[in-house]
Amino acid sequence: MDELIRLSAAELGRRMAAGELTSEELTRACLARIEALNPTLNAFLHVDAEGALAAARAVDARRAAGDELGPLAGVPIGVKDNYCTTDMPTTCGSRMLQGWIPPYDATVVKRLREAGLVIVGKTNMDEFAMGSSTETSFYGPTRNPWDTDRIPGGSGGGSAAAVASFMVPLAVGSDTGGSIRQPGAVTGTVGVKPTYGGVSRYGLVAMASSLDQPGPCTRSTEDAALLQAVIGGYDAHDSASLNMPVPDLIAAAQAADLTGVRIGVVTEFQGEGYERGVLERFAEAVELLRAAGAEIFEVSCPAFTYALPAYYLIQPAELSSNLARFDGMRYGLRAGDDGTHSAEQVMNLSREEGFGREAKRRIIIGTYALSAGYYDAYYGSAQKVRTLIQADFTKAFETVDVLISPTTPTVAFRIGERMSDPMSMYLADLCTIPSNMAGNASASFPCGLSDGLPVGLQVMAPPMADERLYRVGGVLERALESAWGHPLLDVLPTIDTQAVTA
Amino acid sequence: MGLTAADVARLGALARIQLSEQECAELAPELDVILESIRRVSEVATPEVPMATHAITMTNVFRDDVVQPSMTAEQALSGAPDNEDGRFRVPQILGEE
Repeated sequence: MDELIRLSAAELGRRMAAGELTSEELTRACLARIEALNPTLNAFLHVDAEGALAAARAVDARRAAGDELGPLAGVPIGVKDNYCTTDMPTTCGSRMLQGWIPPYDATVVKRLREAGLVIVGKTNMDEFAMGSSTETSFYGPTRNPWDTDRIPGGSGGGSAAAVASFMVPLAVGSDTGGSIRQPGAVTGTVGVKPTYGGVSRYGLVAMASSLDQPGPCTRSTEDAALLQAVIGGYDAHDSASLNMPVPDLIAAAQAADLTGVRIGVVTEFQGEGYERGVLERFAEAVELLRAAGAEIFEVSCPAFTYALPAYYLIQPAELSSNLARFDGMRYGLRAGDDGTHSAEQVMNLSREEGFGREAKRRIIIGTYALSAGYYDAYYGSAQKVRTLIQADFTKAFETVDVLISPTTPTVAFRIGERMSDPMSMYLADLCTIPSNMAGNASASFPCGLSDGLPVGLQVMAPPMADERLYRVGGVLERALESAWGHPLLDVLPTIDTQAVTA
Repeated sequence: MGLTAADVARLGALARIQLSEQECAELAPELDVILESIRRVSEVATPEVPMATHAITMTNVFRDDVVQPSMTAEQALSGAPDNEDGRFRVPQILGEE
């Protein structure tokens, strides 16, 4: 059974198609693993064992009846708790939405169900996806399976920890400033932020609408390609959805080499502030990419250094506007409704009680940034930085096919270490934010360990050229696994379930 | 120039969040992060730089105005803290003044 949960989603799909395995057997194995580890890791906020088994049996029945099923049919998956699901609560890691069951499924969820994937539960996250450590969840932090004293990244730490600890082979996340890629980097998993508009945001509870992007969280490049192929593509329900042909991601993930591929190393994302081990693993990966046929160049993107401050104007501004809907009137928590308070007072009390500290901090920042008379100077100026970042990307992609950098400046930090210093916490997303600001595709791939903790390499591609991520990621993954003799997660330490009392 | 606790209280009122005096006092120095961001951003956000909003420019995302099935009233009310006669029930909106 232990062997089963370690297989890739692609391999599990093949075995089910060949009749060697049923979805019910596989789902039971995942549920057993979740039961054993979740009290320690707190990766799942909600597990629907009965619903998952029913969905698994339904897929098995369809297969037995001869239905033509996709390559991931029957594979269990975890869904970040900010996707609307009609059969499970959607809390966004917040007290505000405790127990709320949405009346509709997000497009991503609908597509997963249609493709026969088995949704086992909802994964933990920073409250309303704001954070880089999953410590701001109202339901307690998630722990990193590599070291349970450390953070699993954020805001999608639950999804990344669930995949890295073999609870489920696949998960979906959402990436606003790096919330799929940064958890991927610090847990040794693959995290992809598709081109903005490449995967529908319909039914994903909005945080910062111009930046939010759904994407895959997996253990291999091929699995990520298969998952993006399921959830991606045009959706009329999302006004920012791109109505364009989707490239063949799966073929790209299987490409043999990088002959003729020009790779730019971002000058600004190395050096001071980057841990030595992170830079060493990155440099080794660059050499492997060169050996696989790629041409390597140094590329300077000076506007990238302004991405972080601009992000911390745009993101709170959009967030404060989106979170205005949580007023205790139509859904969510309502506090102080005892007949003595007006609607306005009930709104004030509900939002005081429902939101955590980080949410309040960012709502206040956003309210300030959007104040009358300040809008142009603050939000408008930050939008101009987006133009400069896009221009840097455009210029870079005239000479190279992809850009690369470390995904994060450091490996996973300790739980509690950065909670009292917002700026040091925000630095975790330093390298990932430019792609959200410009809307282009990017991904993080594992590239080794530093002091026993995973390091990620980020690949950035032009908008709608997501296939380039998969080509570079797939070749890198095979080169590294061939050098190590095994996948990175094979050396995941045994998780001590006695070490933490959740 | 930093933000004061009184500024934070005012912003809290605008954002409809009841903040305690202690929260206002704690948040005020933390909000200096935004003032620093503004200073950094204004170094490069000069008048000749246009604003950007999207990676791929889209011109028309409208659809035909056709009546389609929608959520039932029951579904829409399913997550409401309170409802009555098929409507959201909310606390009194008009004050006594």
